[in-house]
Amino acid sequence: MIVFQKISKIYDGCTALNNIDLTIKAKEFVSLAGPSGAGKSTLLKLLIGEEKPSKGKLFLDKQNIHLVKEKDMPKLRRKIGMVFQDFRLLSDRTAYENVAFAMEVAGATDKEIKQDVPQLLELVGLVDKLNQFPHQLSGGEKQRVAIARALIHRPSVILADEPTGNLDLLNSWDIVRLLQKINELGTTIILATHDREIINNLGRRVITLDKGRVIRDEANGRYIL
Amino acid sequence: MFKTTLFRIVKSGWQSFVRNYWLSAATVAVMILALFVIAGLTLFNVMTQAVVANLQNRVDVSVYFNKDTEEAKVLSVRQELVALPEVKSVDYVSQGEALKRFQELHKNNQVLLRSLQELDQNPLEASLNIKANQASQYEAISDYLSQDRFQGIIDKINYKQNKDIIGRLTRLTGNIQMGGFVISLFLGLLALLVTFNTVRLTMYTWREEISVMRFVGADNWFIRGPFVVEGVLYGIASAMTTIIVIFPILYFISPKITNFLPEVDLLFFYQTNFWQFILLLFGIGIVLGGVSSLIAIRRYLKA
Repeated sequence: MIVFQKISKIYDGCTALNNIDLTIKAKEFVSLAGPSGAGKSTLLKLLIGEEKPSKGKLFLDKQNIHLVKEKDMPKLRRKIGMVFQDFRLLSDRTAYENVAFAMEVAGATDKEIKQDVPQLLELVGLVDKLNQFPHQLSGGEKQRVAIARALIHRPSVILADEPTGNLDLLNSWDIVRLLQKINELGTTIILATHDREIINNLGRRVITLDKGRVIRDEANGRYIL
Repeated sequence: MFKTTLFRIVKSGWQSFVRNYWLSAATVAVMILALFVIAGLTLFNVMTQAVVANLQNRVDVSVYFNKDTEEAKVLSVRQELVALPEVKSVDYVSQGEALKRFQELHKNNQVLLRSLQELDQNPLEASLNIKANQASQYEAISDYLSQDRFQGIIDKINYKQNKDIIGRLTRLTGNIQMGGFVISLFLGLLALLVTFNTVRLTMYTWREEISVMRFVGADNWFIRGPFVVEGVLYGIASAMTTIIVIFPILYFISPKITNFLPEVDLLFFYQTNFWQFILLLFGIGIVLGGVSSLIAIRRYLKA
C-alpha cells in the first residue's frame, strides 16, 4: 500500500506538487493523467527516493521512504520496478544481461539467474531475442526488456512513466496489455501517461493531476481535461 | 557472496573494456602518450646525469709539493685527504712518474727532451690529483690544503687557476639538473592531467548507464567497481604497449645518442633496468587509470 500524506514538492520556488493526499491499495491499477508538467513524474521520483518531498510524508508498505538511509536505498529500489519512456537499458549489454544485471546487483546466484531470466523474457515474449543488444531491438521490444527487468525482483509495485511515449499504437497496446497481465498476477501498477485512448480503454482508477494538484480521482475514470 | 560479487565486477569491467573497443582504444592511446612522456623523461634524466657526471669527472684539483718534501709526508697528506667526506679519490703522482708522463707527452719534441737531459736533477714536483664528489666542493678542499701546517711542503694548488671554470661548471651542471627536473615535473603533470580528463570524458559517456544502474538497485560499489576495473585495464594495456614500443625506438635512437655522448647508452640502460621500468609504467598506469575512474565516477553516484 502506498500513502501520500500532504505531500508538497517545491523546486527553487516553483511548486511541482501541492498538498497531495492519496492512497493506493495493493494490487490496484492506477493511471496518473495530466498534461506535461502536471507533476506526474515528480510523484514517481518521490516514490523511488530520487527526490525528497519539501513537506509531508510518503509511505510504502508502512515504511516512510524518506527516512530510509542512503545505504539502504538500493534495497528499497529493488522493491519497486521502474519502466521509463526512454527504456533506460544498458546499451552495451544484451537483453539477457540487462535483466540479469538487476539480479546480480541483488546478489542472486548464477543458478537463480540462469533459471529466472529466460522465464521472464518468455513472459514478455522475447525468448528468441536473448542475445540481442538494445540497438538491435525495436522500441516495443526494448520496453518489454525493461518490463522484464522491472519484474525480476518480484516487486510489489511497478511504476511506469510514459512507457508508451516512444511507441506506435500497436506496440503501445502490447505494453499496456502486458502491464494488465502483470497486475492480474498481483503487482500494483502506477501508470503515468497522457495518452487519452489508453486511459479511456483501461476502465480503471484514474488520478488526474494539473499544476501539481489532484483535480480528479475516479474509480472508473476517463481522461478529461 | 563476496567472491561472486567481485567476479561479477571484474567480468563486467572487462566486458565493457572489450565491447566498447573504440572508446577503450582512444583512452588507451592518450594514456600511452602520457606514459611515453614519463618514460622519455626518465631516460632524459639518465642522460643528463651521465653528461653531468662526465663533466664533473674531467675536473680535478692538483696540489704540487716542494721538491724536497719526503714521499712519506706526501702520502700522509693523501691519507688525510682520502678521509675527507668531500673527496672522491686522490691519485699520487711521484716525481719520477711526473717525469715519465712529461717525456711521454712530449716524445716528439726533441728540443724539449734534450734540454731536460741537460739538467742534473728532475725539475718536476710530486703531486696529488684530487677529485671531489661534487664540483662545488673543490673550494672547501682547497681551503683545507691552505692551512698553515701545509705551508712548508706545498708549493702550489692549481685550484686558483681553475676556480673560474669550476665555478661555471658547478652552475652549469646545477642548471641542467634543475632544468631537467622542472621540465620533467611540468610535462609529467601535464600528461597526468590529460589522462585524467580523458578518463573523465569516458565516464561522462556512461552517466546515463550509471543512473540506470542506480534505478535497478545497484549499490555504489557495484556501479563503481566495473569502472575502476576498466580504468585499471586502460592502465595495463597502455603500460604494456608503451614498454614494447620503447624497444624499437631506442634501438634506432640510442646509437645516434651514443655517437654524441659516448658515455650514454640508453638501450643498455633500458635493458638493465627493464623490471624497474615495468614496475614504474604499470604502477603509474594502473594507479592513474583506477584513481581517475574513481574520482570521475564520484559525481554521478551522488544519490
